[in-house]
Amino acid sequence: MTGIIPTDALEPRGNEELPHEVAGTDVGTQFTADGSPAAGSAPDSGPTAPKKRRRSGLNVSPRFWVAIVLVAFVMLLAFVGPFVYPYGPNAAAGGLYDPPSAHHWLGTDNFGHDVLGVLIAGSRNSLFNGLLAGVIATTIGVFIGILAGYVGGWLEEALMGITNVVLAIPALIVLILISVSVQNSNISFMKGIVGLALVIGITSWPWTARAVRAQASSVATREHIDIAKLSGARLPSIMALDVFPYLASYIVMAFVLQVASAILAEASLSMLGLGPQGTNSLGIQLHWALAFQAMGSGAWWAFFPPTIILTLVSFALLLLQSSLDEVFNPRLRRGKKKAVKAAAARRAAAARRLASQPVPERATS
Amino acid sequence: MTSTAHQPWAGATTVQPVLSAKGVTKQFSVAGGHFTAVDDVTVDFHQGKVLAVVGESGSGKSTLARMLLRLLPVTSGQIIYEGRDVTHIRGTELRKYWQDVQAVFQDPFASFNQFFTVGHMFKRSLRLAGQGVDTDELIARCLGYVGLKPDEALPKYPHQMSGGQRQRVMVARALMMNPKVLLADEATSMLDASLRVSVLNVLQDLRRDLGLTVLFITHDIGQACYLADEVIVMEHGLVVERGETDKVIFEPQHEYTKRLLSDVPDLKGSLKHRV
Repeated sequence: MTGIIPTDALEPRGNEELPHEVAGTDVGTQFTADGSPAAGSAPDSGPTAPKKRRRSGLNVSPRFWVAIVLVAFVMLLAFVGPFVYPYGPNAAAGGLYDPPSAHHWLGTDNFGHDVLGVLIAGSRNSLFNGLLAGVIATTIGVFIGILAGYVGGWLEEALMGITNVVLAIPALIVLILISVSVQNSNISFMKGIVGLALVIGITSWPWTARAVRAQASSVATREHIDIAKLSGARLPSIMALDVFPYLASYIVMAFVLQVASAILAEASLSMLGLGPQGTNSLGIQLHWALAFQAMGSGAWWAFFPPTIILTLVSFALLLLQSSLDEVFNPRLRRGKKKAVKAAAARRAAAARRLASQPVPERATS
Repeated sequence: MTSTAHQPWAGATTVQPVLSAKGVTKQFSVAGGHFTAVDDVTVDFHQGKVLAVVGESGSGKSTLARMLLRLLPVTSGQIIYEGRDVTHIRGTELRKYWQDVQAVFQDPFASFNQFFTVGHMFKRSLRLAGQGVDTDELIARCLGYVGLKPDEALPKYPHQMSGGQRQRVMVARALMMNPKVLLADEATSMLDASLRVSVLNVLQDLRRDLGLTVLFITHDIGQACYLADEVIVMEHGLVVERGETDKVIFEPQHEYTKRLLSDVPDLKGSLKHRV
């Protein structure tokens, strides 16, 4: 959903280079040795002594941990909640808008269902929707982006033309039209949350494609691509092995943003009453709260919980994205005084060691 | 070197060249018109010879090499390999061409895919190189040419090797294809002096032992002198002088060549002694 999260959230900040551009320097090697998501084939052999030192240097900021804790909290609620909390989303548990009590921690909604039970089921569906739509959108976007950026020429023009057309169409209106027609179709699974995820996924890939294309065309000019060509590698192999790994960190971040925006897209559609019927999601919960005057009747427990969870999820995912950006791109790291000092001390010690050696050795590695 | 080494340039043309560029031109579109990087260059490569292309940065040497490698399309002109026009071949034919014509590039850091080990990279090349050959033996032999041992080199990631090792691995990779022509595009410019000599010696040995034809691109006239049989001098995309190495270097005709030669640091004429 282009309307919800700005496209420029993924634009490279301050520099045009990829984080890997500096292969061989400490920064570049540290990244690969970290075994981070980008390094699909992180070093698992060879000398271990220097690597151990580097592995401990995985440089994550406190906000990475804040984001992880928040995401974990929502996941716990969604996936462990049903096994702990006694009330399901469909059990008639009380009357219309019973206030929170010891039995019903968050009261009951307009149908007399337990709000926390509905919230748990809704969070699970919303997360599932977000992940599925994120996977679909990222897959399409990455494929089109790499193809356009690597191959270039008329194919790039054509693919980016299509992408820009799709990008220019107001996404929410398309979503509404498609999801209404999907809800009226005869295919049963398309009516549920899966259908909505598919619709969101196939409408929200364009900005991933654009962002990935820009990065892929920069990777395409690197010499290792020429070497792969000279080694007889074909197009799919070059795209998968020589271009994709260099973009992986970027793609992970794009995926996180796609998940967040898909969750919000689902919520806004469902709240308008255009989402799936006969199931639960955070948006549907808000829809019923609106429809049955929860705000007018002062039943805050009917609409606050889903709002808070939605806010938490999208906040946590955006935080995760920006902290991942810091992990992958060391130049964005804020100065952590302790770490900077420790690094300076390490360098000084290394220099002293080098100076104290009687015979100067030529550095070969 | 064989006895043909000291034939005059004209005499060599009687033999069919392995690879030749005929009137090759490359124009890049830039804002407000075209920039001609390589202008109507005609070069012949003869079996078992080392041809050096010398020129400043931006003289079109690398562009010429990339066109010969078919990594860059030509604007006009022809590339002839073993009597066949290969200027526009694609797909399987092009991969077949790359079995015979291989390259080593300038930057031993950028030439590696940093996510894979040397062994992985070699396995990838094997599909092109090895049909019905003992692949382990082939890898060991090619690494042997450049003085590396398979069990040491293969499990290494690029960042675990030094610059010289990387460049030697790159030479070994090119040799795995058993090429007839090797293009070394500034292959030694990022190595320090002693490694440079060892790579030059490797090229020299390969030419002697395997009859490899080498195109050696460099901005360093000293290296050209050390290795090459023939030299062409390029300036702004044009070939300004060509001929046997000794002739070009010791009796330069063109103004540009003279200037290039005067820029070579001279051990005897060291700055210290010219107060």
